Amino acid sequence: MDLTSISPTLLIASLMVAATPILLAALGELVVEKAGVLNLGVEGMMIMGAAIGFIAAVESSSVWLGFGAAIVGGAVMALLFGVLTQILLSNQVATGLALTLFGLGLASLLGQSYAQMKVDGLARLDFGPLSDLPFFGRVLFGHDPMVYVSLALVAATWAFLRFTRAGLILRAVGESHNAAHALGYHVVRVRLLAIAFGGACAGLGGAYLSLVRVPQWTEGMTAGAGWIALALVVFASWKPERVLLGAYLFGGITVLQLNLQTAGARIPVELLSAAPYLVTILVLVLISRRGRGGGAPADLGRSFHASS
Amino acid sequence: MRLTTILAGALTLGLAGAAAAQDDPLKVGFIYVGPIGDGGWTFQHNEGRLALEEHFGDRVETIYQESVPEGADAERVITQMALQGADIIFTTSFGYMDATNNVAEKFPDVKFEHATGYKRDHPNVSTYDARFYEGRAVIGTIAGHMTETNKIGYIGSFPIPEVIQGINSSYLHAKKVNPDVEMVVTWAYTWFDPAKEADAARAMIDQGVDVILQHTDSTAPQAAAQEANANRGEGDPMIYTFGQASDMAAFKPTPRIASIIDEWSPYYIKRVGALMDGTYEQTASWGGMPEGEVVIGEITEAVPAEVKAEAEAMIAAITAGEYHPFTGPINKQDGTVFLEEGQVAEDSQLATMDFYVEGIEGEIPN
Repeated sequence: MDLTSISPTLLIASLMVAATPILLAALGELVVEKAGVLNLGVEGMMIMGAAIGFIAAVESSSVWLGFGAAIVGGAVMALLFGVLTQILLSNQVATGLALTLFGLGLASLLGQSYAQMKVDGLARLDFGPLSDLPFFGRVLFGHDPMVYVSLALVAATWAFLRFTRAGLILRAVGESHNAAHALGYHVVRVRLLAIAFGGACAGLGGAYLSLVRVPQWTEGMTAGAGWIALALVVFASWKPERVLLGAYLFGGITVLQLNLQTAGARIPVELLSAAPYLVTILVLVLISRRGRGGGAPADLGRSFHASS
Repeated sequence: MRLTTILAGALTLGLAGAAAAQDDPLKVGFIYVGPIGDGGWTFQHNEGRLALEEHFGDRVETIYQESVPEGADAERVITQMALQGADIIFTTSFGYMDATNNVAEKFPDVKFEHATGYKRDHPNVSTYDARFYEGRAVIGTIAGHMTETNKIGYIGSFPIPEVIQGINSSYLHAKKVNPDVEMVVTWAYTWFDPAKEADAARAMIDQGVDVILQHTDSTAPQAAAQEANANRGEGDPMIYTFGQASDMAAFKPTPRIASIIDEWSPYYIKRVGALMDGTYEQTASWGGMPEGEVVIGEITEAVPAEVKAEAEAMIAAITAGEYHPFTGPINKQDGTVFLEEGQVAEDSQLATMDFYVEGIEGEIPN
């Protein structure tokens, strides 16, 4: 075993890239759940983002238009869920699962003729001398722009939920929709906006996968990342800063286990492969021991109708 | 009155059904482990299915199911396909081995063909495989010449004989042309997960591997290598890859410098044809380059002419049956003798291969 061949700099740099798709998707879902809606369709919205983003980037030869299209595509998918669950009051769990299946199918249909194509990925930003610093240059200043966008989004979401009036209303809707309604807030509108934001984030995360991390379109390429994102929200007890921690932890273990194998570590491979999931389960158990649902919004998953 | 009408109707329908059964095309089913759009393994099996339709026209009807997980679910899907009236079912991944045999027991009139496995528990189960290790010998030779860091990476899927043959064959032939070469094996524990395959390739590149062989099905490692080449710093080596299962031509001329293509159509046409004219028998087929089942895709201009010539000479020798990639002397990892000088490996020795050859570090997970 030669652990010296693992460079911590490159390890951290690649874990940030590996974690960005689930970070974005989990952040969106967090806002949705804070508004009291459980959307299990993250996987479907992510893969739609991956497909639409890739197609748009190929057709327009612009990665940025690809990301833009993925945001819109994800949000449209989410609003489909929103109309069904908020206006037509369908069951959120069933609708969310259906959204995942629908997204997976539609994405493979759309992406069929794009399977073998290539797209020019995002170049890493060059901060001049800063990027040449040892260690920090690569870890802090050597990424593609979307990594910084995702970090900024975490900070913005945290500030929005904590300090703004709109954030307070959103949380109120999630904690008690009846009280929020009685105060004159438009529960359904707030929830629809949150759902659209969640879809946009999931779409962006999916597009990061197909445009930067892999970068190409293949059917089923999210391979369960949406479900990890859902678990991360619980893992993070509905706190944006902990979503960041959780995503980097999960991404870190995923990348670390591959690096350990490559370095020839004498640890059973099966254990290494299962490690990210084991750690997630462990943390979930620890959180649930604290009781009170670990900080879940009180009205999470409950339908609202003004007459009830 | 009404009852008789219904009965008469049912009778007509029944007769019509029986009549239709006479001219029914042969129904051929395929179970795929990944999506057809994977650009690799499943894509090639589907090309074989399309070749069947092309060759037999109206005489066959093909059905398929994509992305069937290996495990309990597979048995359900294969049963479903048998119930749908398939006459022959090709199950195209190693992990369907037990499921295929279990279902075959329940449907003795349906023929089952399992790819890359070795269990034929019932007379209606045949197995078929291709000698991918012949192709691995060729790309191993190219890899040994092309590496600058002397570190070759191999992204393994599952530790099964087929994959271990590939690792050993490519290592032996890389070592033959470059005695300093080192083989790094990373097990992805999946046939298809683009993000994970890309991460595995990236982990290798980060640790100084500059030629990557893959035994997983997606083109993600190629894309990761391409991205690494685009962001290559001064003095860093170019990363080279090989197309797997399918040509992966989109990544020519670099990073993909050659490929191993699985050509299943000759086998599918042969077997379905045999079933039609009644000459079908249980077999354990293992074709390779001579049968045209393993093909090396275009070797690009990134490979020097003399290396290309050496690779082509090896292809010719294997195709002509003059050279076997597992020809002794070969020792096992622990130093014991696997093949004596000049001895050629038996098929049975290859089909159960569960060890690395001498010189490869690390242990095979079990």
